[in-house]
Amino acid sequence: MRPPQCETVFSLVIINKAGGLIYNRTFHEGGLNKISTNDYLVLAGTFHGVHAITARLNPVKSTPERPLSNSVPGVPGGILTRPEPPSGLEVLESENFRLQCFNTLTGVKFLLFTDTTQTNVDVIIRRIYELYSDYVMKNPFYQLEMPIRCDMFDRKLLSHIREVNNR
Amino acid sequence: MSNHLPAGGNGGGGRAGDSGLRYPSNGKTIYHRPLNRTKTAELSKAAFAYLFAEMVSYAQRRVTGIQELEKRLNLQGHPIGLKLLDLLLFREPPRSQLRPLNIIALLHFIKINVWTHLFGRQADRLEKSSNPDTPDEFMIIDNEPLVNAYISVPKEMSQLNCAAFAAGIIEGVCDGAGFPARVTAHTVGDTAGEGGEMWPGRTVFLVKFQPEVLEREALIGAKS
Repeated sequence: MRPPQCETVFSLVIINKAGGLIYNRTFHEGGLNKISTNDYLVLAGTFHGVHAITARLNPVKSTPERPLSNSVPGVPGGILTRPEPPSGLEVLESENFRLQCFNTLTGVKFLLFTDTTQTNVDVIIRRIYELYSDYVMKNPFYQLEMPIRCDMFDRKLLSHIREVNNR
Repeated sequence: MSNHLPAGGNGGGGRAGDSGLRYPSNGKTIYHRPLNRTKTAELSKAAFAYLFAEMVSYAQRRVTGIQELEKRLNLQGHPIGLKLLDLLLFREPPRSQLRPLNIIALLHFIKINVWTHLFGRQADRLEKSSNPDTPDEFMIIDNEPLVNAYISVPKEMSQLNCAAFAAGIIEGVCDGAGFPARVTAHTVGDTAGEGGEMWPGRTVFLVKFQPEVLEREALIGAKS
């Protein structure tokens, strides 16, 4: 039995760009209470909506002194810089867990539930994204936007999280 | 790189006769390169994975069963094997530039030369069927085939092994060398045998030679 203060990754949820739940896996029993798959579906949809609204709330960062023409000499590279897209909700924290959201450029969201003391969550999530792009996107039997059922992905993900949790 | 790109808009290209082929301005195409130049060249595994994924979905589009799908993948690999045999023999040092003359030599050639060329390493094991009823069957074992690196076969298609493509290449090599054979790929990782858990994607390439091959082999063996 692990002491409760240990750094732990509890579970992972992946949401597609339409807000549908496509993957849900618990790594550590006892960290979070169990909720039904239906509730997870609702959580995914709600989070997706909240994320979209928070992204609209977030004011776009203004780039200083933008020249009118994009070929004015003196501007680095002579190209207009595009403002960073608004990021929206990234972290949600409660007394017992922390939810980190990683939104990819293609609109897929990775939600990682961890212990509040867990460090390097962004590194873990990036690695999960890498596994996703390798073992899900390169799998000819995976249909886009559909629930992920890939043995290889499961296996690699579990061994990655096990490594993190036993560190 | 620039010597085998088609001359697009740089003005140097011209039409060669009426064949419609375009040549780069320096007149050198990919066919002018020495065959040994790309011997140690490397390819992106990701690029191959995407290409192969599309090949599998393409083959999957008009088939009704798993056997038919494997057959199609096999057919995609077959011509590659036929051509590869010549290239690899050409690249052998001149002294040993010989076509394999018996089954064992051929299988070693596949296990070492073909595998190293295709996948960057040797195959893991070579076995002869232990069943006395099938002396024509040989097995080349790969613990994790590169073609299957990112592929998870869905449960309802558990019979399928996409390494049928690699099996087709082997079949092409065997046919080209004058040893007509049928080669099929089988997943054996699921069985809880030795190493079954360690290599879940372990694949056996079952090489079944035509009867005349064994007949000839027996004749040669009797003479020597």
